[in-house]
Amino acid sequence: MMILKILFRNAFHSKLRSGLTILGIAVAILAFGLLRMVISSWYAGVEAASTSRLVTRNAISILFTLPLSYNEKIRQHEGVKMVSYGNWFGGIYIDEKNFFPNFCVEPRTYLAIYPEFVLAPAEKKAFLADRKGFVAGRKLVAKHGWKLGDTVTLKGTIYPGNWDFVLRGIYKGRDETTDETQFYFHWDYLNETIKKSSPQRADQVGFYMVAVTRPDLAAEVVLAVDKTFKNSLAETLTETEKAFNQWFIAMSGAIVTAIQMVSFVVIIIIMAVVANTMAMTTRERIGDYAIMKTLGFGSREITILIFGESLVITLTGCLTSMLLTFPAAAAFGHVLETFFPIFIISAETLCLDVLAAILIGCLAALIPTGQAIRIGIADGLRRIG
Amino acid sequence: MAEQKQNIVEIRHLFKSYRRGSLVVPVLFDITFDIAAGEFLALMGPSGSGKTTLLNLLAGIDKADAGGIRVDGLDITTFSETELAHWRANHVGFIFQFYNLIPVLKAVENLELPLHLTSLSRRERREHAEMALRMMGLDHRMDHYPQELSGGEQQRVAIARAIVTDPTILVADEPTGDLDRVSAEEILAMMERLNGEMGKTIVMVTHDPRAAQRAKILRHLDKGYLTNDDSQNPL
Repeated sequence: MMILKILFRNAFHSKLRSGLTILGIAVAILAFGLLRMVISSWYAGVEAASTSRLVTRNAISILFTLPLSYNEKIRQHEGVKMVSYGNWFGGIYIDEKNFFPNFCVEPRTYLAIYPEFVLAPAEKKAFLADRKGFVAGRKLVAKHGWKLGDTVTLKGTIYPGNWDFVLRGIYKGRDETTDETQFYFHWDYLNETIKKSSPQRADQVGFYMVAVTRPDLAAEVVLAVDKTFKNSLAETLTETEKAFNQWFIAMSGAIVTAIQMVSFVVIIIIMAVVANTMAMTTRERIGDYAIMKTLGFGSREITILIFGESLVITLTGCLTSMLLTFPAAAAFGHVLETFFPIFIISAETLCLDVLAAILIGCLAALIPTGQAIRIGIADGLRRIG
Repeated sequence: MAEQKQNIVEIRHLFKSYRRGSLVVPVLFDITFDIAAGEFLALMGPSGSGKTTLLNLLAGIDKADAGGIRVDGLDITTFSETELAHWRANHVGFIFQFYNLIPVLKAVENLELPLHLTSLSRRERREHAEMALRMMGLDHRMDHYPQELSGGEQQRVAIARAIVTDPTILVADEPTGDLDRVSAEEILAMMERLNGEMGKTIVMVTHDPRAAQRAKILRHLDKGYLTNDDSQNPL
């Protein structure tokens, strides 16, 4: 008990130094936590992917389309429960900075394959009934202040022109990992419009979403679908939704790696700062430790004192950072909602924060403890006065 | 016929040197003397004569290069670091020039600290600590931190800490070196009382002739040699 008393009082004896160190640790661990959240957010699509959904796209590139006629052929395979399709629309709302994902899809099947997009029955009915209608996620609607019945115009990039849509439904995510910033409208609306302007681009889809009856049939269906279109003009590449999302993320892998490296650099920097603080503290207290050794205390007690003090400081910093993480993540998530629609504080992030604090505390205490233990009592006592 | 006192400390052919890089600096040469139980011995000598080194050796906080030190029948030169720490906790009380109290502990807690190495209960530790502080006339300063006490009061707390475990010997390194004359007199009187009334064996290193005057036996060290074998204090 006395050792713990000394340990805690030592930790906060120099209030300014301890306060500044704790603040530094809090900011560093907060930065570490936010960077880890960015990485988690990047992979949120992978985590949210269903094991019973497959994506079929053109084997050459996602930029190439597939004929609409594949729909029926895919649907006929054993193990296929439902097929939907869509295209990336890439429309701009007023300005490019207002970026959000927008797709045209076959609405009935798409909503059935994605039960995590929760729509009120009346809104779903209104959306299905209106060919110019669209549904959007709750966060996207809130961000732009849209109301049901509002007309929203997107400027086409892949499909030129101004496209008017009417908001018919606002979906909510069933899970916290469901993206609520997306915009879906009728594939038929797009197809019929471009039939008039560029008929050669009509009846083409960018991807097929395939729901399988059981997840264990996914591999068989993948093989069967791709085999069907082998040696055709548009060969297919089918994979699980998870693999597809991972492939998508892999295209920005260097950025993710850079963020990961930065997050560890932050930890190394703060480790050096805490190690410096602990080295200074131990140097100042070398006389106290010599007195304790004189009185009969051993290396074990000195180790507990130095490691304990270091851990008290880093864990206090960690606790402060964890308290700050919630408002900071909310603010961060709000500002970067378009790029990171799912910005949530996971238990894993908080565990990593605590682990980082323990690691910093222990490593920072290692060298000072070694020095304090090695120094002779007589040498330690000479440093007093 | 005078009663022959039993020796509590026996030092035989003690040698000690320090290393300063590649340089070996001899500090003590062939020191041999005894300290009887209940003695009050003062070690005097100029700076660098080896007084503190000798005190450290007989208190078990440093190790000799050669020679033997027996305290209360135990040859402490054969002890390991852990054994020495255990021995110090039970047999030696320390009084230093700069008091050496733990700054983050109150006066009473500073006294409880060495008692944590004993088998006393929490309540007993507190009782012993309070009693020792009362003996030093510091019952009104129990809950004060060292920095809230005067130099004399801090040294009285340090003396209370030294005696709270009822050690075999008390070692004091310049106990009045950082005090004004009045406080120094108080501390020396207190040490005299500990020796006279409680029979504590005290070994004190000092520069101060006034402090040395209080000791019963005076020994001089010069350049690492004991220069007199006279056990009477001529001061």
